Amino acid sequence: MHVPDGFFDVPVSVGAGVFAAAGVAVCLRGAKRELDDRTAPMAGLVAAFIFAAQMLNFPVAAGTSGHLLGGALAAILVGPYTAVLCVAVVLLVQGFFFADGGLTALGVNITLMAIVTSVVGWAVFRLITRGAPRGRATLVAASFVAALVSVPSAALVFTALFWLGGTAPIELGSVAAAMGGVHLLIGLGEGFITALTVSSVLAVRPDLVYGARGMTRTLTLRTADGDVEVGPAAPEAPPARIGLRPVLVGGALVAVLLAGVVSFYASSAPDGLEKVAADKGLSAQEKPHTAENGPLAGYSVKGVDDQRLSNGLAGVAGVALTVAAGGGVFYVVRRRRRGTDAMTPASAR
Amino acid sequence: MTSGSPSLTVSRLAYAYPDGTQALYGVDLTIERGERVALLGPNGAGKTTLVMHLNGILTAGHGTVEVAGLPVRADTLREIRRRVGLVFQDPDDQLFMPTVREDVAFGPANLGLRGAELDRRVRDALERVGMLDAIDRPPHHLSFGQRRRVAVATVLAMEPEILVLDEPSSNLDPASRRELAEILRSLDVTVLMVTHDLPYALELCERSLVMSEGVIAADGPTRELLADARLLAAHRLELPYGFAVPAQPG
Amino acid sequence: MSAGHHHPIYRPADTPVHRLPPQCKLAAVVAFAVFVVATPRERFWAFAVDALLLAAVAAAARVPAGTIVRRMAIEVPFVLFALAIPLIGTGERVQVLGLSLSAPGLWAAWNILAKATLGVVASILLAATTEPRMMLLGAERLRLPRLLVQIATFMLRYLDVILDQMRRMRIARESRGFVARDLRQAPVLAKSAGALFIRAYERGERVHLAMLSRGYMGEMPTIRDISATGRDWAMAGMLPCLAAVTALLAWSTT
Repeated sequence: MHVPDGFFDVPVSVGAGVFAAAGVAVCLRGAKRELDDRTAPMAGLVAAFIFAAQMLNFPVAAGTSGHLLGGALAAILVGPYTAVLCVAVVLLVQGFFFADGGLTALGVNITLMAIVTSVVGWAVFRLITRGAPRGRATLVAASFVAALVSVPSAALVFTALFWLGGTAPIELGSVAAAMGGVHLLIGLGEGFITALTVSSVLAVRPDLVYGARGMTRTLTLRTADGDVEVGPAAPEAPPARIGLRPVLVGGALVAVLLAGVVSFYASSAPDGLEKVAADKGLSAQEKPHTAENGPLAGYSVKGVDDQRLSNGLAGVAGVALTVAAGGGVFYVVRRRRRGTDAMTPASAR
Repeated sequence: MTSGSPSLTVSRLAYAYPDGTQALYGVDLTIERGERVALLGPNGAGKTTLVMHLNGILTAGHGTVEVAGLPVRADTLREIRRRVGLVFQDPDDQLFMPTVREDVAFGPANLGLRGAELDRRVRDALERVGMLDAIDRPPHHLSFGQRRRVAVATVLAMEPEILVLDEPSSNLDPASRRELAEILRSLDVTVLMVTHDLPYALELCERSLVMSEGVIAADGPTRELLADARLLAAHRLELPYGFAVPAQPG
Repeated sequence: MSAGHHHPIYRPADTPVHRLPPQCKLAAVVAFAVFVVATPRERFWAFAVDALLLAAVAAAARVPAGTIVRRMAIEVPFVLFALAIPLIGTGERVQVLGLSLSAPGLWAAWNILAKATLGVVASILLAATTEPRMMLLGAERLRLPRLLVQIATFMLRYLDVILDQMRRMRIARESRGFVARDLRQAPVLAKSAGALFIRAYERGERVHLAMLSRGYMGEMPTIRDISATGRDWAMAGMLPCLAAVTALLAWSTT
């Protein structure tokens, strides 16, 4: 579902916009490294595919149907960089040509539906496939888990953004629970469809699935003296890896974004609290709302809410910290492994 | 251009696709300047794969390709692609720009042409295929036959040495088919026409090559090849029902 | 997806709004949306002013109200969501028609509905008065990364081709008696999706080949260029400027 205008306040919209622009810029460079001069036509056609695939309705149960979001699927099929670009272009076109999704919410929508789903989906996929034997069953199972995880991840980020600058007074705990719960279900559907689709592509053109590449064959010449073997076909590009650097840059950007917006709120919060203290009369109801909604405010009600919601927030913050810590360990391990890999020229960047 | 060199020389060309399927098993052929030659063969004979080598889209696994004396190599690609004009089977693949004008201009603009000179090339090419009226229309609003003619124009605008057409008559209704034949006959360039439409080959080309299982199986006057029932049967080529090769050129 | 009809969103006409260079319109609509979002929600009159501004643009562009209303169906999911907020929202409760509703929730619902609707209508007007091709050229003029614009260009060019393939696959499925009833039929649909991907990917490769054979060396040549005069910018700028003044006035009367 595309977030419309007015759902998030201006600071969060702008912050997410800056983050989305930075993420897309990283992916433009990444995709260009992978696809070279093929980037524009290939990403354009894959974007058209994703647009079409989102219109394909899958029956879930009597009367209800779900459709694909496609971030994880795209990442598995064409690689994470190209996937982010494709989904981002789909969202841009939906926003500007079909009025689907608010123009001020484009940053939020691209962050959630293009960047988070593709990057999380790809990270999970790689994590599973790097250890396990590389059979079709592994790839399909990994696709299922990757797509399943990618959707609630986007919901979690949505909740975090909502905490920072949502305009609706819903308890964060219930937002997290509702978004998490609903999106776990949606994620199941996404995982199922993604796995089936990846499986059907693997059956026909395994060479098109990103990462399942790397075979060379010898050639035969049919001459008068019979068949003669000659040199191998042109070597194929080795399966590219997602670099550590873009992930770190992205993580740092998220951190900066969060730190910036949080401190922004923190610094103006006293004003908001003052205001609540001053307006205890009849107007108490209206004025804080006025403030909450404006570009330079939003703290008075937040201040109260923060106290009331602090328990619920602690839970979400705990989850975020766990994810961060786990991610940190993962990167350290990866780094060490890369260190040993660096001996061989193939893995040197 | 080296005068006297044939328009096209291919020798011992072999190739396998990345998925492991080998399509070419040593192709040899020569086409002289000004000739109109048909490349015949059933589906899967390797015709399209061969065509992809003529302008360096696919890199030969083995063997060489020369266009007017210039070998197809990484450092000659720009000139090779100007000399070889490839018209794809599906005009939707060829017409990738939002309007006919931009699409026909794409090639010459890549050669560095701009402004009035570019405009002249575009109009000239569209004029030659009778599609000047459609200059500002989006390609997907044209009929299939019109799209194929615009596809020919996109290549003519580059003023090529040799025009290579992949299945030019496929999916055309009889009128569009005849119109395209008239256009092709009016052009003053070397033509290599890949097709399994035997009457069309007979109508347009003096000479034909028969390709089968990745090699050139026969090379000679179209009339003689099409009269050889055993040759045709051996390579899954068939004349349409009721069609007989006329005794004398019409 | 009526066959052969590419972008039913665009309504060709010759009005001052249609004639404005696309980059001016794009920038104006984005700025307008930002100012609307920045307007305090208690000032009902401010949103009325914004709505009047859009109505004026629609009148100048001769886009009928019916078209706009029909196209607004796109925001229905969020309208439903917005209507749920007063029910599940926190804070002081008020009684409306026997329902206990959250007062801040009502404000939030109004806020989302008003701003989302203004945003959607602005986008509809933009798409209705700007040819898709021009929109892309405008985006390029606004310094959107060229590669991103090219990806969008290819996507729009081939969207119809791919949707058409999808439609043919559906007809092929249904003509053999296939009905998607529940999850057990999903594998069949997934095969279609897989086949669609393969076709899209292979076409992408063929398009790239077609580009290469016409001398493409990694740079798309700029063939059309569109420039905007100061007058164009001034005219397009009226919409966001008036919305900005409205937002400022709304803030200063708080």
